[in-house]
Amino acid sequence: MTAPLLDRTGTAAAARDHAHRDAASDPMLPRPFRVISRHLDTRDTVTLGLEPLDGVPLAFAAGQFTMLLAFGVGEVPISISGDPTGPGPLLHTIRDVGSVTHALVGAVPGTVMGVRGPYGTGWEVRSGRGGDVVVVAGGIGLAPLRPALLELAHERAAYGRVVLLYGARSPEDVLFAEDLARWAARHRITVEVTVDYGPPDWTGRVGLVTDLVPRAGFDPGHALALVCGPEVMMRAVATALVARGVAPERVRLSMERNMQCGVGLCGHCQLRELFLCLDGPVLGYDRLGPLMDIREL
Amino acid sequence: MSVDVAPLSTRPAPARGPLEGATPDARPTLAVWKFASCDGCQLTLLNCEAELLALADRVQVAYFPEATRAVVAGPYDVSLVEGSITTAEDAERIQQVRAQSGTLVTIGACATAGGIQALRNLADVGELAAAVYPRPDQLAYLARSTPIASHVTVDVQLYGCPIDRGQLLEVLAAVLAGRAPRLPSGSVCAECKRRGTVCVAVADGLACLGPVTRAGCGALCPAHHRGCYGCFGPQDTPNGRSLATVLGEGGMAAVDVERAFRTFATGAEAFRAATAPPIATGASPTDAAAGHGGRP
Amino acid sequence: MAGPAILPSRGLQALVDALLARGYRVLGPQVRDGAVVLADLTDIDALPLGVGDEQAPGHYRLREGGAERAFGFAATAQSPKSVLFPPDELLWRGRRTDDGFSVEPASPADDPDHRPVAILGARGCDVAAIAVQDRVLLGREHVDAHYAARRAGAFLVAVTCSDPAGTCFCASVGTGPRPRAGSDLVLTELADPHRYLVEAGTPAGQALLGALDTTPATPDDLAAADELVADATARMGRTMRTDDLPELLNASAESPRWAAIAERCLACTNCTAVCPTCFCTGVQDVGDLTGALDERHRVWDSCFSQPYSYIHGGAVRTWTASRYRQWLTHKLATWTEQFGTSGCVGCGRCITWCPAGIDLTAEVATIRELAEAHDAVAAGAPGGAPTDGGAPTPGGLR
Repeated sequence: MTAPLLDRTGTAAAARDHAHRDAASDPMLPRPFRVISRHLDTRDTVTLGLEPLDGVPLAFAAGQFTMLLAFGVGEVPISISGDPTGPGPLLHTIRDVGSVTHALVGAVPGTVMGVRGPYGTGWEVRSGRGGDVVVVAGGIGLAPLRPALLELAHERAAYGRVVLLYGARSPEDVLFAEDLARWAARHRITVEVTVDYGPPDWTGRVGLVTDLVPRAGFDPGHALALVCGPEVMMRAVATALVARGVAPERVRLSMERNMQCGVGLCGHCQLRELFLCLDGPVLGYDRLGPLMDIREL
Repeated sequence: MSVDVAPLSTRPAPARGPLEGATPDARPTLAVWKFASCDGCQLTLLNCEAELLALADRVQVAYFPEATRAVVAGPYDVSLVEGSITTAEDAERIQQVRAQSGTLVTIGACATAGGIQALRNLADVGELAAAVYPRPDQLAYLARSTPIASHVTVDVQLYGCPIDRGQLLEVLAAVLAGRAPRLPSGSVCAECKRRGTVCVAVADGLACLGPVTRAGCGALCPAHHRGCYGCFGPQDTPNGRSLATVLGEGGMAAVDVERAFRTFATGAEAFRAATAPPIATGASPTDAAAGHGGRP
Repeated sequence: MAGPAILPSRGLQALVDALLARGYRVLGPQVRDGAVVLADLTDIDALPLGVGDEQAPGHYRLREGGAERAFGFAATAQSPKSVLFPPDELLWRGRRTDDGFSVEPASPADDPDHRPVAILGARGCDVAAIAVQDRVLLGREHVDAHYAARRAGAFLVAVTCSDPAGTCFCASVGTGPRPRAGSDLVLTELADPHRYLVEAGTPAGQALLGALDTTPATPDDLAAADELVADATARMGRTMRTDDLPELLNASAESPRWAAIAERCLACTNCTAVCPTCFCTGVQDVGDLTGALDERHRVWDSCFSQPYSYIHGGAVRTWTASRYRQWLTHKLATWTEQFGTSGCVGCGRCITWCPAGIDLTAEVATIRELAEAHDAVAAGAPGGAPTDGGAPTPGGLR
């Protein structure tokens, strides 16, 4: 099994060089993409549109992520927030929380970034056809769910009731306000927004998104639930959904762990037997629930 | 050690994103400040011979008495602060330095942990002064030597006695590029293993503080067959008690174990707690880190 | 394929010379700084002739070995992992351009010595560990291109282990002392007269063996080798029961033992660095002062370090107890689910090189005792008192 090319090529060095050329598809090499649009969503969150310099578009499934490189600063995993059903630029919605995301958020059109991916599992929205779909988002967690909502809106007739429960820190932090209005007005999606802190002029809900689950209009026996947000929020929401009668395997969460390679080689994203970059980030609560019950697993 | 501080001005915000020059010169300004210390860490900057030209291209050295008499008025984009706070005057001066600095970087064991002079913290300073000076009444000093971070907000800490040249350049490169500096926070052992040094503790029984000491020196001492002296201070989750037990079981007298932890980073709580009586102290965050999963 | 052959004592030099002549960088065991390590080898007189080792938890010393043996010691300080999967690997170089940036992948020529490696003296545990790394780094959806290149060019000369150490347990996990398949050549060092039994494991090994001056092995030679293996098997310093490990450890996530181990564990990462199968790495982008150049490196990382599990908001595993649990459970349980093989090859390095002398075989045994005692209490059986580590209570991690 070692040195299989020794006899064929005559020298060991040739064997090694040959093997290296075979590995030209090195997953650690970034593809250059150019920023073509930059939209300020909130005070700290920006949506970038990216186009590949080589012209080959990046196909993806709703829920997948890429590794985004700010050259000279670093690389981070970011979920794709664009439309998976049609052509268009690669969209990433990024919150400014660290030095790499700060550089990404500050990138002006024309900036070239590195992209690896797309990686990971998707929401598998189509498996919810014929039933109700409840989408629960917390904060920036709405960004990875946006492709799923666009997919639902695109084939709206194939689904029963569609409900979006969305919790943000404050009204100022509400993402994709135009989308929310359009989904509600044109696509029969019930959109319920709640905030942690509301100013005096806020007439909407204040409180936890979890509290919206018991009253939301969907049939738990025939529902698919897609949940993304902080881990403590996802656990509470999943518990509430299961309590209402949604089957744990029909509750899907998008998990966050440290990811450095995105392709299952660096080891950081392991959650017991799972590599969350390969087996996740989207996984069923039947699989995740017992693992989330153990502290610091 | 009298240093004039340029007139106070509004403190610039710590840098996020690449630094743009704050002066007409367009290069970001760099200042180097000295408190109670030996100057060795400042000299590390001068020892960056190969990189000094590239550095001078990117930054304007605005205040650096050790190297130049030229003074450019503040505020400064980046301040390197050497030394610990040992006098009331210095406690006041560090506030002024903070106010004038964008990114404040402490350099060395004195600035980050109080230095070897923090041994005074464990003794009666008056007695020490009387033993050393003929007229101790003429001295003005504080009872404790304290790190800079005990007085002002610090943006980046560079540990060691002295600091590592490569780490200094990394911090400057990172601050200029607006990225997070790549500074390991784990143990010296990781660096020994990466460079292929045979463990001096396991294979030769030397007393080595490597397992509890922060990486960053490249595991210099073990590479020269010396145990680590712990000059970088504690790693991010140090278990000093376990190492003290290991050293004791290896035949080291209790007093020697205590001395091993009381050198350059004697002011670091995790090192002090390593040999402290188990019940004598209240739990601090460092205690919790050192002993989590440890003490009942 | 021709059968086993006998290489005379000095014939080993011819083997080394043949590898060098074919363009290999030959690495073999040698004494450095009080330990046997892998280092560049051109002359077999540099091998540790007559040197043995003494290994115990947190303890390693050289000792007088069998006078004629060149391989009379157990596991080297570092495994071949340090060569095939080096601690710091350049992945690519980037340069800022007018139009953005360009990236140039690293190539073998970036290594100061970029000859393919031949490793002489790998043990059964080492050969098994390489097979595990092949599975992890080459046998899945995404391949580590740099490991692939090193591995494809590598030539392995394994040596049967005659003198296992106090921390060895390869016989328990089935990886030695006779090396399993996977190496190009396997040597067994025989005495009276000093000679090597040589067996080829691959066509490349066969080709090299054919170029050496050997004689066919006799039944007596084979019997002597069998006797050496039986003798070494009987002298394993440690044992570990493995049949129940995935179930045991997955069920013991809340065992009180993790907290007890964490009292001793230094979270220093030595065990993961010396483990021949630990593969976790950090991806680091390193820029220069000018901001124009950037390099991506892959460096050894460890689940014992705090930043390893860092996400926005803090580390997932803040306690040393959680990190030890992650390491041991991954190594002995979830590894099997992920890769179809255990992550432990029984080399004992994590025991020897742990400054606090934590012994995973002892810890596994204690965790099993606690689990059995817990089960006994749960079943209402008398006499199920736990031994070490306190009462098994839920949330024992705290």
